[in-house]
Amino acid sequence: MIEIEGLVRRFGELTAVGGISLKVAKGEVLGFLGPNGAGKSTTMKMITGFIAPSEGRITVCGHDVVEQPFEAQSAIGYLPEGAPAYPDMTPVEFLSFIAQVRGLKDDAAKKAIDTAVVRTGLQSVLEQRIETLSKGFKRRVGLAQAILHNPPVLIMDEPTDGLDPNQKQAVRSLIKSMSAEKAIIISTHILEEVDAVCTRAIIIDKGKIVADGTPAELLAKSPTRRLDDVFRALTTPDAEINAEGRA
Amino acid sequence: MSFWNATSAVFWREFFGYFATPLAYVFIVIFLLAMGSFTFYFGQFFNTGRAELDVFFGFHPWLYLFLIPALSMRLWAEEQKSGTIELLLTLPIPVSAAVVGKFLAAWVFAGIALLLTFPIWLTVNYLGVPDNGVIFASYLGSWLMAGGYLAIGSCISALTNNQVIAFVVTVVACFLITISGHDIVLDFFQGWAPTAIVNAISSFSFLTHFAAIMEGVIDFRDLVFFGALIALFLFINVVVIDLKRAG
Repeated sequence: MIEIEGLVRRFGELTAVGGISLKVAKGEVLGFLGPNGAGKSTTMKMITGFIAPSEGRITVCGHDVVEQPFEAQSAIGYLPEGAPAYPDMTPVEFLSFIAQVRGLKDDAAKKAIDTAVVRTGLQSVLEQRIETLSKGFKRRVGLAQAILHNPPVLIMDEPTDGLDPNQKQAVRSLIKSMSAEKAIIISTHILEEVDAVCTRAIIIDKGKIVADGTPAELLAKSPTRRLDDVFRALTTPDAEINAEGRA
Repeated sequence: MSFWNATSAVFWREFFGYFATPLAYVFIVIFLLAMGSFTFYFGQFFNTGRAELDVFFGFHPWLYLFLIPALSMRLWAEEQKSGTIELLLTLPIPVSAAVVGKFLAAWVFAGIALLLTFPIWLTVNYLGVPDNGVIFASYLGSWLMAGGYLAIGSCISALTNNQVIAFVVTVVACFLITISGHDIVLDFFQGWAPTAIVNAISSFSFLTHFAAIMEGVIDFRDLVFFGALIALFLFINVVVIDLKRAG
């Protein structure tokens, strides 16, 4: 459902994403792992059409993101980093706006909003202004917005960042419950999350893919069988230097 | 999602956004107080002894110079600061629809503030027999001028994520374009620039065009001037946003 070929993004001299290729099929939950600044968010911004790639090609459900942005964007639900939402609106107003822009009308809009509200557990705060909500509820508003039109593709940038353990669990269950009929990409630097929800994980460092496999395959790369160690070995410059030094 | 559906969704979100916060009420109160005090104290409205609103309308360009940038500064700067722009631009809508929707919401809001000055129209009709055709033309001209300032401000707001910078730069830009027909500006160019250029600069002056409409003659050329100016700056606004996303 998502196909990326040779994706490159440069910001002036800096190459944020340096040639990423991958495919995500229906039923897959792909975890993007990597240190801060590795290019996870930039890649997601390109898939969702927020910024244009410098090179390469992205297709979502058969639609080229650059050539047919609206068809591609209609198929995507996106939770940007930090779950931005208009602070002066209430969740119900905000979701109604999203429904309207997504082309959902009257009954269809009402049904979509009701479903998204129940799935994300927003019932108790529907009439409160978003700026007065806790971080956990704000994140859930962002999630509700992303799943509102029941998109075949979900892109979520750090969906559990800043949530308490219970909320993290709830979001993971939500992602799992939707995973069968969707292609999902989530980014995270919480490694346990990969084990908990992802069917496949990609480790990105300095804009390049340094590992790609199921969580079990990645674990097999480390003698200690700990994902933390795999992550550190692949993404820490010091580790490389030490390894070379010893050799 | 057609252009106008998307524009209307953005328009209503923005428009109700003004009234969801104190912004609308504070702005309208200050607007009316400023209009009233300038007209009655500085303009000596009662002492002129004439049943006309020239004094009132004469202050509009100068009051707009500060009030309109206060309205336009947040249009795009706020979205960029809070990250909601990422949400807005990954929805399946054209950038132009977002630009036009936001602009129209601000313009209609400014129009409402302007219409609320109607007591002065009632006053002048109670005290004498004014030419209501001239007053109508002046209101129309004033609203068009507000639209011109707003389009410039919206465009500048897209260039920064800092609302204070957007405000200050817009005030300066609007000041220059307002007085471009004035001798101070023309003298600067007259010494060395060809007459055609001096005339072109002078023809950009808001004051010249507004004064023409205030005469009560709604000249097609003056309407085209403001219409074209608004269209031009909204077009640049779209280009600015597109350039920020380009690869």
